[in-house]
Amino acid sequence: MTELWNALPLVIQILLKITAILLPLLGLVAYYTYAERKVIGYIQIRIGPNRVGWRGLLQPIADAVKLMMKEIVIPTKADKTLFLLAPMIAIAPAMAAWAVFPFDEELVLADINAGLLYILALTSLGVYGVIIAGWASNSRYALLGAMRSAAQIVAYEIAMGFALVGVLVAAGSLNLGAIVAAQQGSLLTWFWLPLLPLFGVYLISGVAETNRAPFDVAEGESEIVAGFHVEYSGMGFAVFFLAEYANMILIAALTSLMFLGGWLSPLPQAWVGDLWLLGDGFHWLLLKTFFFMFVFLWLRATFPRYRYDQIMRLGWKVFIPITIVWILVVALAVVYRLPPWWSA
Amino acid sequence: MGFEKFLFYVFALITLWAAGMVITRRNPVHAVLFLVLAFVSSAALWVLIEAEFLGIVLVLVYVGAVMVLFLFVVMMLDVDLAALRAGFIRALPLGLLVAGVMAVEIFLIVGPANFGLEAFPPPDAAPADATNTRDLGILLYSIYIYPVEIAAVILLVAIVAAIRLTLRRRPDNKSVDPARQVRVKKGPDRIRLVKMAPEVEEPFGASPTTESGETS
Amino acid sequence: MSFDAANLLPILPEIAVLVTASTVLVLDLYLEERNKGLNHSLSLLGLVVALLLTGFVGGGETQILFDGNLVRDAMSDLLKGAILVVSLLAFIYARPWLKDRGMLVGEFYVLGLLAVLGMLIMVSANSFLTLYLGLELQALSLYALVAFERDSKRGAEAAMKYFVLGALGSGMLLYGISMVYGATGSIELGPVAQAIAEQGMSNKVLVFGIVFMVIGIGFKFGAVPFHMWVPDIYEGAPTPAVLILGSAPKIAAFALAVRILIDAMQGLHADWRDMLVILAVLSMGLGNLVAIAQSNIKRMLAYSTISHVGFIFLGLLAGSDQGYAAAMFYSIVYAVMATGAFGILIILSRTGFDAERLEDLKGLNDRDPWYAAMMALVMFSMAGVPPTVGFMAKLLVLEAVVRIDMVWLALVAVFFSIIGAFYYLRVVKYIYFDKPAEDAPVLATTGGVRVAMTFNGLSLLALGMFPAALLTLCQSAFV
Repeated sequence: MTELWNALPLVIQILLKITAILLPLLGLVAYYTYAERKVIGYIQIRIGPNRVGWRGLLQPIADAVKLMMKEIVIPTKADKTLFLLAPMIAIAPAMAAWAVFPFDEELVLADINAGLLYILALTSLGVYGVIIAGWASNSRYALLGAMRSAAQIVAYEIAMGFALVGVLVAAGSLNLGAIVAAQQGSLLTWFWLPLLPLFGVYLISGVAETNRAPFDVAEGESEIVAGFHVEYSGMGFAVFFLAEYANMILIAALTSLMFLGGWLSPLPQAWVGDLWLLGDGFHWLLLKTFFFMFVFLWLRATFPRYRYDQIMRLGWKVFIPITIVWILVVALAVVYRLPPWWSA
Repeated sequence: MGFEKFLFYVFALITLWAAGMVITRRNPVHAVLFLVLAFVSSAALWVLIEAEFLGIVLVLVYVGAVMVLFLFVVMMLDVDLAALRAGFIRALPLGLLVAGVMAVEIFLIVGPANFGLEAFPPPDAAPADATNTRDLGILLYSIYIYPVEIAAVILLVAIVAAIRLTLRRRPDNKSVDPARQVRVKKGPDRIRLVKMAPEVEEPFGASPTTESGETS
Repeated sequence: MSFDAANLLPILPEIAVLVTASTVLVLDLYLEERNKGLNHSLSLLGLVVALLLTGFVGGGETQILFDGNLVRDAMSDLLKGAILVVSLLAFIYARPWLKDRGMLVGEFYVLGLLAVLGMLIMVSANSFLTLYLGLELQALSLYALVAFERDSKRGAEAAMKYFVLGALGSGMLLYGISMVYGATGSIELGPVAQAIAEQGMSNKVLVFGIVFMVIGIGFKFGAVPFHMWVPDIYEGAPTPAVLILGSAPKIAAFALAVRILIDAMQGLHADWRDMLVILAVLSMGLGNLVAIAQSNIKRMLAYSTISHVGFIFLGLLAGSDQGYAAAMFYSIVYAVMATGAFGILIILSRTGFDAERLEDLKGLNDRDPWYAAMMALVMFSMAGVPPTVGFMAKLLVLEAVVRIDMVWLALVAVFFSIIGAFYYLRVVKYIYFDKPAEDAPVLATTGGVRVAMTFNGLSLLALGMFPAALLTLCQSAFV
């Protein structure tokens, strides 16, 4: 089997690996939308989709088919090239970021040294899809949505970047695998505890970066209809949708990787060894990611939308100072080898 | 080596093409987007010479933040395209001439004659575990600590200057201060009850007996 | 490369200025409107402390610190002191103007102090990187100061011009630096000088680089033909901003030129000398001729700056220690004169009125004889009339030029300064022989301003009669 694999040309190998990452991801995205409707339904004491298939399980498929069949309308006077390019620009970084994501100790497509930076750079590119869509639509609501999104994402990216600087200081590496390895131990040695403020800032900034409620002013359906993608229909809309959910999954997965020890087991190695599923493994990562994905939905069902100036205030005046102060704290803790995290 | 060379030329050509489009596009938004493309492809060039930290930071800072704000401003401005275009064709021959002469001069100086492989042999391949993030960090905080501190002050100046030039306290601005908002306690802060005489709608023509009271 | 705290000792003046600026920045937030004067006092205190520290850490052997990024030598000591004194005067003059217009805010002092910091960094830079960063720090603060009066359209326009042309100049300089780095493999001045001494003129890249560097220096000095920004900015910017940007930065620009052309590129003297000759002749010629036609005194002083820059270049291009010392003497003296001239303009201004026409000086003698005398001293000094120091400065520069057998250049310089004397003396005529306008109010100034202006004016006279002290200091910087 291994020989057969090695015989394949490198390009084919890589393409197969990419497929192996993206196909489950897209499936997850589809069922994430289903989960969203169900979860929010239950939170609001409704049932949610239950018509297509058993308990509505085929609903995402039906939605996909519907969106594919729909006509793509390009508004008159829209900038046609950019209008069509925007959804692609939105989804490309959301997919490409997974290239450096380690699913297990050995399981990573590209094990590069500056993985954390790479992810940060790519997630910062996602905003172009939103801005270009808003501008190219030649529509006021869309432009308003784009403007809001641009300001918001720039504001929260700084806080997010600083939070990651804290992780970098704590782990001493930009390699995502090494970051997980640095959290080796148990539930208490994961970075969520020593980096608690950064953990909070990162999670909330992640919600803001993905334009999710309560930070969804770029869409703001009750204020500016659907914001930047108000003019999109059919597949154009679907691709934006895919990008948004893929980004949410990415943020959830990154949060579990950087603050909750990724594939590490919450129990100390000495207690459980390799006992069934209690040892380290991919399932832990999946479990943690699912938890954060649920948090995204939970937040949406719980909080009303932020007012715009409050979003800006939170980003610039609250998060950035917190992160800067905590980076200093972490740096001191690392230098003075604060146990139990940096005693070695 | 062959494939790297090929990539170099691809990215170099994209950079040049995009840079050319930046100055020839009629629409400023398109021009900015081409500038973004030029940044991205020059970042790729940096990654090719194993300066991956610089390459990624170029994308992160310039493309991810600076150009977003730039685009933001350009989209909001109503740029008069006709005025911008006026004189473009007329000045083109002279511009091309100057650009051509400069390109030749720069090629003669910067070209292979002075910066060829004889003068600058390729450096030894870096070991596989070399991280230029760490190397750069160590350099910046040891040998270049003084310039780094100065750069920090320059950024401070930029912040102070930007705030001074743009922040205006508008007396007619009715926005509330969230910091004060969240400090509101139950009781008199939130609601104020006002005692007032009952208001009864008087029939038309009758003189009002009660003034409309204070409501809040 | 471990860090040595002894490195911090020679930059104590810089640290003092930075600490003052940061303190003012934070304190300003908590000051009530009527207490804003505290910003002023604090800034002055900071500058005085920095001045004392300069004296304290100065003197002695040349020290190269921070792994070659910083140098402390006789030149940096003297220039730092000069910059701090001139800035001190400028801040004192600026206060009433700012107070009258409700602009006595912390940002002015923060930006002003950081501009001073940038100049201090420039004069003690020992690598192109530090030099460039200091230059940018100074320039960025000055751009903001020019636009400080934010409701003024002229100020905004001036700031925009300054910014665009300043950025162009910096870009040229940076391109030149990159060429020199390519040719020598270093950005530290010492190794660059060494590499140049080995390669000599044979390296075309070096020559290419130095052209761009001279252009960059020309932009920063405002020498013809890179002078376009100077008059517009002097005219459009608020007078306190001109006061700051027209005085001490000339000293810093001199340091920039010395560090680049002499400390690093002495080996290419023959190359840059001819370029400087062209810049000097054009600057003296155009500056003096166009200044005659100006009716706006700020514009007139702008063209006068240009012509003085020509003289500074004369000293530099001589290529001898004597010439460098003369140019240094000249630039310090010029900064003091410019501070005095703009200081008088601020004294003449009041709420809602800016003195900027030549007519505004009419009959100054009747309104306030002491200030009139000081302004006359400044003008005589700028014209180069003995016994003021302006004469001494010009004489030293000319002597240096004659010594290298460029008599024609000295003659050209003398010719243009005679033309230039006309418009300086015209100002003196307005002050003494014309009646003040009917509605001219009594000049109201504070005691501090009067003391500062007295010091400023009389120092021009004193230095003219006893130039030896300053001159010795200047000469000791180049041995």
